[in-house]
Order: sequence, then structure tokens, then C-alpha cells
Amino acid sequence: MAANLATPKLVDPPAGLEREPLVANQRSIGWISDAVSRIVEEKTPVWWWCAFIPSLIMLGALGAMLAYQITTGVGVWGNHHPEMWGWDIINFVWWIGIGHAGTLISAILFLLRQRWRTGVNRAAEAMTIFAVMCAGIFPAVHVGRVWYDYWLFPIPTNLNLWPQFRSPLMWDVFAVSTYFTVSALFWYIGLVPDLAVIRDRCKTRVRKMIYGIFSLGWSGSNRHWSNYEKCYLILAGVSTPLVLSVHSIVSLDFAVSQLPGWHTTIFPPYFVAGAIFSGFGMVLTLLIPLRSMMKLQDLITMRHIDLMCKVTLATGSIVGYAYTMEFFIAWYGGNPYEKFTFLNRAFGPFGWSYFIMFGCNVFVPQLFWFKRCRQSLVLVWILSILVNIGMWFERFVIVVTSLHRDFLPSSWGYYKPTWVDVTTFLGTFGLFFTMFLLFLRFLPMIAVSEVKAITPQADPHHPLGGAKGWHH
Amino acid sequence: MNGAMKFGMLAEFSSPADLMHAAEKIRDAGFRRWDVFSPYPIHGMNQAMGLKNSKVGWFGFIGGCTGYTTGMVMIWWMNAHDYPILVGGKPMFSPYFAFPPSYELTILFAAFGSIIGMMLLNRLPRLYNPLQKIPRFAKVTHDSYFLCIETTDPKYSEAETRKLLESTGGKNIEIVED
Repeated sequence: MAANLATPKLVDPPAGLEREPLVANQRSIGWISDAVSRIVEEKTPVWWWCAFIPSLIMLGALGAMLAYQITTGVGVWGNHHPEMWGWDIINFVWWIGIGHAGTLISAILFLLRQRWRTGVNRAAEAMTIFAVMCAGIFPAVHVGRVWYDYWLFPIPTNLNLWPQFRSPLMWDVFAVSTYFTVSALFWYIGLVPDLAVIRDRCKTRVRKMIYGIFSLGWSGSNRHWSNYEKCYLILAGVSTPLVLSVHSIVSLDFAVSQLPGWHTTIFPPYFVAGAIFSGFGMVLTLLIPLRSMMKLQDLITMRHIDLMCKVTLATGSIVGYAYTMEFFIAWYGGNPYEKFTFLNRAFGPFGWSYFIMFGCNVFVPQLFWFKRCRQSLVLVWILSILVNIGMWFERFVIVVTSLHRDFLPSSWGYYKPTWVDVTTFLGTFGLFFTMFLLFLRFLPMIAVSEVKAITPQADPHHPLGGAKGWHH
Repeated sequence: MNGAMKFGMLAEFSSPADLMHAAEKIRDAGFRRWDVFSPYPIHGMNQAMGLKNSKVGWFGFIGGCTGYTTGMVMIWWMNAHDYPILVGGKPMFSPYFAFPPSYELTILFAAFGSIIGMMLLNRLPRLYNPLQKIPRFAKVTHDSYFLCIETTDPKYSEAETRKLLESTGGKNIEIVED
């Protein structure tokens, strides 16, 4: 037995079952830093300006809409009795859900030792942070008098009043602000070694100083790597319960209320699955064009796309299960108000939105069962956009259909957004894309050091890493 | 002092496996103040260098405990002690409604703790490093592997150490000035 252990035999997997390598074409370690740093170093491409200028204009529109809303009042939105939450909360939940895929990729897949995460985690984490920024705008301004927003935080004021922690809205303040802070820190800690990569390639002194300051004097020392990896592991370990809690708490904003259609125990897991689903939709929407425009097909390979499609399929199916189970419980629970709300949701005046939601979130991702669909980039890209549309409508269905026919039929109405609602929402895309494009231009969009570490050349026990025979 | 202070002796290696074998030899020779440098964390290098488990975990743990306690005590003090207001007949304090914010603060402070711990243990940020005077060392973040033994190590001697580094396969051996 001991003799057998001393000389293990490598058995190659049978033909057709080998895994595709995560870095295609056996690229060298140096090639990886060249390919990623090049994006930051070369002249700004024309397409970047073509995307950046419209984004800036949309960001300007966001500023104008917020200024109009803040100076005039929440009445410029379509919210009215009984529809006291409209596009503002829909957009908040939608954006924050988008962020969840970034944390899933960076934290949960790290703990699960899914090595393919390294190709996509940096861009996905950036997406998380910018999406949470967009999300944060809505709860901040929907209170109407934004200058009192600081009442949300436990700071001593001359009122001598404290926040009321029995409300889930207060939990949400803590969940979202912690989520933003920890995601940003996790992202930055991951960036430190890669900023050092760019620092060491800089040609001008000013650039070298700026990247030098932000890379904290990183030298690649193994004593540093040892503490760094432990820190990264803990951040992944705390981000995992964090990401699950954030959307659970967002769902409690609804579930803790007494409103039929909101007051359900299935909400926390259903919201988390939906969030990851929509986030993967957004990651695919962003990365499919980027990988070809930036010639990163060897780092974001078809295998990455394939795996992300599978996660989308899995979470989309969980969401489909939740929709069905919710409907079943509305009947099985025997509560007439609940039953009315659900029948009204699917067949009432907003029935069209229910079917957009169901079609885009449950039926569309089923195409990902087929390998041919997962390998057609155009199809995957179109489906990923449909997923985003579907998930926006999911929040629309939850918020609008539950509210528009309350217990008092005299106040029933039909909800319509105003042009300010629509422009504000489009404006958040301006904010998101402005931030994302600046990220692409100034920071390494792929985790260079992490991708290097998963190549066979980096493994000291692999022949490509210089190993001569078996070691240890 | 004769001229510039000497910081240490730097050797370059051509592959992660070579670097790891060299690290094992330096460890077995009983050196203490030395380090290896690589573009990415090399698996098994901590054992090859004889490093103990990183202490960052303790910082994260203490941070997390602090966060949870802060949340619970803060909510009790604000809602049940300093300014109690009865809302919907609910208790002034209950660990159930205080849990979600305390849970978030656990995570927030654990993250702060582990990052502060990592910075303290690594002595970062560091704006000066004598190794950055060596032009070749800029390649360490690209695709090169280095090992450096500091002159302050009790076992350091210019001739012996050079011989040892040569025997482990080190190339481009040179003295780094501080």
C-alpha cells in the first residue's frame, strides 16, 4: 500500500471527457499580464468613447431627474395611493440583485474552489459595486426629504431620537451599507497585487506613483502572500453569508408586512436565487461583447460562458419553482385575500407583466439545457438580456400587483410611471456604465495574479511548472 | 559602515518548482530573515519556507465578535434604555429583531479586522522597498521568481550564502543595497 502511494500513476481521462483548460492556447504567465495590462496601457479605443459619451449624457439625465425630484417632491413620480412604492423600489431591488452575481462569483465560488471564477471575478465584482451604487440612490431619494437621510443611521442628533430597529427597513440600511463596504474592500484587496503588476510596467513617473500608492508597495513576497491569502479567504467566508443575508433582508422589507402577495415565508430564498439569476444575466451581457472587443477569448473562454449559462439555468429553475410554489400556497393556504391577489396578479389588469416575468425567467433559460444554445454567443447574449428584463418585471409584479388592489376596492387603481420615473431609471444605466467604462480603462479587468495561479505553469508539482518527476 | 548599507542577497530562479526546492534548502539550513517573491501565491510554499499558519484569522475573529456585541448592545441601549418607544406592542428589546443588524455588523467588523490584520502583519502600506532598486526585480509581478536572504540574518555570510544560493540553482545572484 505504502509503495503504491509513493509512486502514484497519472491516469489520463478518457478521450472526449478532458476538461478544457481555463486559459486557452497554453498561454504563458507573462502573456496573461501583457494581455490584461495592455487594455489599461494602450491608447483609448474609439469604441470606448462611443460608449462613454452616451453614458455620461445619461448620467447627466440622472442628475437632472434627481434634482427635479428632490426640489419638487416625490409627486413627480407615478407613486400614489395605494401604489406607494413604484419604480423606485423596483429599481432598487433589481439593481441590488444584479450585484449578487459578483459576490457569488468572488466569494461562494472561491469557497467551493471553482477555479474558473478567476477569469470573470474582477469584472463581476466591479459590476456589484456599481450596481449597489445605482441601487442605493432609490431608497435614499424615495424618502422625499433627502436631507433627513442621516436619521437612518445611529448617530446622536439634537432630537435625541434613535433609529427604530424593529423595522426591517432599518435592517436593510445595515445590510446594504455593509454589503457595499465589504464588496468594495474585497474588490480592492483583490486588486492590490494586480495594481502592482501595472505599477511595475509603467513608463511614466506619475503613473508609477499613482499605481504605486494604490498597490501599497506590494512586492510579491511569500510572507505577504501567506497573510494575504488568509485575509482573502476570510473575506470570501464573510461575504458568503453576507450576500445571502442582503437579499433575504431586502425580501423581509416585503415579507414582514401584512400585505397579501408580500407576506410569504418563501421570499428570502426566492429573492436570493432571483438575485443570482439576474446577476449572472448581467455578467453575461457585459462580458460577451467585452471578451471579443478586448481580445480576451483565451482568458474568458467558452468554458466560462458555458458554466455561467449553467448557473443561470439552475437559478432560473429555482425561481420558476418559487413562482409555482407561491401560487400553489396561495390556493392551498386557504386565505381568500392571498388567493385573490395571486389570481389578480396573473389574470388581472397587470397580467401582461406576470407573463413577461414567467416567460423570461422560467422558459427562456430552459434553452440552456442544450449545448448548442450555450455555445452560440449571440443567442446567449440575447437570452441574458431577456433574463434581465424578466427579473425587472419580477420586481414590478411583486411591488405593483400586490399594491394596486388593496383591501378597500374604492382605492383600486392602475399604476402608471411618469416620464421622470423612466428617465431616472435610464439615468442609473448612465451611472453604471460610466463607472464600468472608467474601471475598464484604469484598472485590470481580469484578476491577473489569480489567473496566473491556476495555470499549469504556476504549479510547482506540474512538469510545466518545472517539476522533475513526482515530489513529496 | 562601509559605504551603502547592504540589505541582502538576491537570487533569481527560472520556475516555481526550482524556487520551492531552493526554499526548502534555505529553510533546512536554518535561515530566519529571508523571503521568496513570486507573481502569484505558490501552493505549498508556506510549508517549503516553514511558515506557520497566518494569524490573520484571529484578527477577523476578534473583529466579528466585536461587531456582534456592538450591534446587540447598541440596539438595546438605543431602543430599550436611552429612549424607549413602544411600537405596536412589541418588546423594547428582543434578540430576534436585533439580530439582522448585529449579523451585518459581525460581517463588517470581521472584514475590517482581517484587512487591518493583514496590513499590520505585512507592514503595508510600504512606500519603500530596497528590492525595487534592482531593475530585474520589476519582473517579479510579471513572470519571475526570486529569493532574498537579508544581511541581518544571523547565519548570513557573504561568501557562504552566495555558495548556498548557487548550489540551489539560483541565477543572477547579486547584493541589494539599502
